[in-house]
Amino acid sequence: MSETTLLQVNDLRTSFFTDSGEVKAVNGLSFSLERGKVLGIVGESGSGKSVTAYSLLRILTDSGRVTGGQVLFNGENILEFSPQKMHSFRGSRISMIFQDPMTSLNPVYTVGNQLREAIRIHTDRTPEQVRERALEMLQLVGVNEPEKRLTQYPHELSGGMRQRVMIAMALACEPDILIADEPTTALDVTIQAQILELMQELQHKLGMSIIMITHDLGVIADICDEIIVMYAGRVCERGTADEIFYNPCHEYTKGLIRSIPTIGANHDKLIPIAGNPVDLLNLPKGCAFASRCDQAMKICLTDAPEEIRINENHIAACWMNVKKVYDEAKEEESK
Amino acid sequence: MDTAIKTDRTRKMVATLLLFAAVFAVAFIFLPVLSEKILVGVILLLLAGMLFMNNDTGRYVCKRVLLAILTVFIIATITFFAMNAIPGGPFSKEKAPTAAVKAVLDQRFHLDKPLLVQFQLYLEGLMSGDFGISTKTGRDISVTIFEKFSVSATLGGWAVLTALVFGLVLGSIAALNRNKIPDRAIIFFTTLFVAVPSFILATLLLMVFCLQLGWFGVWSVNAPNYVLPVISLALYPMSYITRLTKTSMLDVLSQDYIRTARAKGVKERLVIFKHALKNALIPVITYVGPLTAYILTGSMVVESVFTVGGLGVEFVKSIGNRDYPMIMGTTIFLATLMVSMTLISDLIYKVVDPKITFD
Repeated sequence: MSETTLLQVNDLRTSFFTDSGEVKAVNGLSFSLERGKVLGIVGESGSGKSVTAYSLLRILTDSGRVTGGQVLFNGENILEFSPQKMHSFRGSRISMIFQDPMTSLNPVYTVGNQLREAIRIHTDRTPEQVRERALEMLQLVGVNEPEKRLTQYPHELSGGMRQRVMIAMALACEPDILIADEPTTALDVTIQAQILELMQELQHKLGMSIIMITHDLGVIADICDEIIVMYAGRVCERGTADEIFYNPCHEYTKGLIRSIPTIGANHDKLIPIAGNPVDLLNLPKGCAFASRCDQAMKICLTDAPEEIRINENHIAACWMNVKKVYDEAKEEESK
Repeated sequence: MDTAIKTDRTRKMVATLLLFAAVFAVAFIFLPVLSEKILVGVILLLLAGMLFMNNDTGRYVCKRVLLAILTVFIIATITFFAMNAIPGGPFSKEKAPTAAVKAVLDQRFHLDKPLLVQFQLYLEGLMSGDFGISTKTGRDISVTIFEKFSVSATLGGWAVLTALVFGLVLGSIAALNRNKIPDRAIIFFTTLFVAVPSFILATLLLMVFCLQLGWFGVWSVNAPNYVLPVISLALYPMSYITRLTKTSMLDVLSQDYIRTARAKGVKERLVIFKHALKNALIPVITYVGPLTAYILTGSMVVESVFTVGGLGVEFVKSIGNRDYPMIMGTTIFLATLMVSMTLISDLIYKVVDPKITFD
């Protein structure tokens, strides 16, 4: 673990215990996040992205439980914090914003009330200072007429405005990490761009790290330093944005990239990934993606692929990479 | 186009209201009796408030109070004519009085006059605050109502309070311990209490705790003991509120804003009591408003079983006796109470749920 590593996740496992059995939402996920960097987590619905985020903050619903692994924040394991320590940790060191700003703010309290609450919990400011800080935050996230907004209720604000309020609330205590769980999915396209721009701008200004969770590779292409592609609660591929986009080494990533619409491309149709996400109640023995993979080999059905280092900025868990090395060696030999 | 139609309609409505205001203003100047002047003056003020107040809520309250006055008036009218349409009268009994006595009595209670004149005389009395006297006992109706209502209201007030407090607490406990033993126990008993009719429950309580165990005395006017009547009156609404709170609480706890509150570091206690409970209260308030009116006005069954002399029993008795002034008095009183409780609960609704707008 290097000096600049802020968050180190080792072999994280999270399950939901339901009537029909144990749903393994996250199955041994490992990654690290450096100070001031933006990490993107990509995957389709049910791949365990959001559950990973909730596990980091320990805000899983009743049936969910972290069953193994470590989450080291500055070398301390968050998973072993007492509930009291966890309360003061959430929102001050790691904050989170959510997918749907329409439902993420409490409808019966004013924006000011909720914003001030976030500040009051983690600092010893006087009510006057809290109010000032709230105004300052609203200005920072580009909300017009901040004085008036403080007295308004969430339903009186537009979706984009509410997401700005959410961001203001999350950043009010200057966290080290902001987790953004699909922050733009519920917004319309122009507002999406504004919110992404705002997040980038704030990241430069405040220097926090961001974990950006999305199912849309296009959204994070510009802003992420590193990208993790998740499938069935595991890492498929991890690397710098350039590596992921220009040198994808996992069939799932390739499929995702093929399904991004691009302006001016000559495809008549987008190519979707066939099949349905894997059943997390009965994970297959081999690679979880094998049943949907065009290139699947015998070994894919029997053995889960290990993470293979492609180069220093790139890791992929796909047997194809082994085959490639093997084929290359064979070719070399035959020459 | 749409707004044009709307403004046109508004203009017509304002014109109509102004016409009403003018009529009332003239009435105000010419009406001789002070209490009538006061009533008309209040209506004028409300009309003015409804038209010219800047505050949405203020305008709404003016409108609702006006409508409430109208409602009570309509109810009074219907009751008056309906009760007179039934054959017989206060003095036609098995032991009928002699013709001469009946004539005097009829004259005393204006029963010898045409119905419309009777109605007019009644309203005139009402305007000056006179509910008349009972044809049965000869006592002043307003005194009787006040006396009986204070008993019913004490009983009802305690019952509502008990139902609300226990309902909210038990409902929250059930929601927070979903599918665990406390939840199952609470739901079992509340289902039971919802299903058992109140007269069975009341009789059972009376038999066990008054007669067998002797923990509580049987009700008497000098030593009223509210415990058992309150319990039997409160159990049904309490169970209902418990179930309502549980459902609503579970729904609220799965909402996104609860997750937001947790994510920003709010302590679990505050997540429940600040962020969740206020939202969970909204459906409960809808139920408690009318419930309060219903319970305050007295429950015939529970009052009869415990021989509590309340308004509920009195009302039913007055119908049996054809006690016209008493029927009218209780009807108007209960209608006013019901209408005001509904108005109050609508206003409380606004306090809890900011999304409600009045226009």
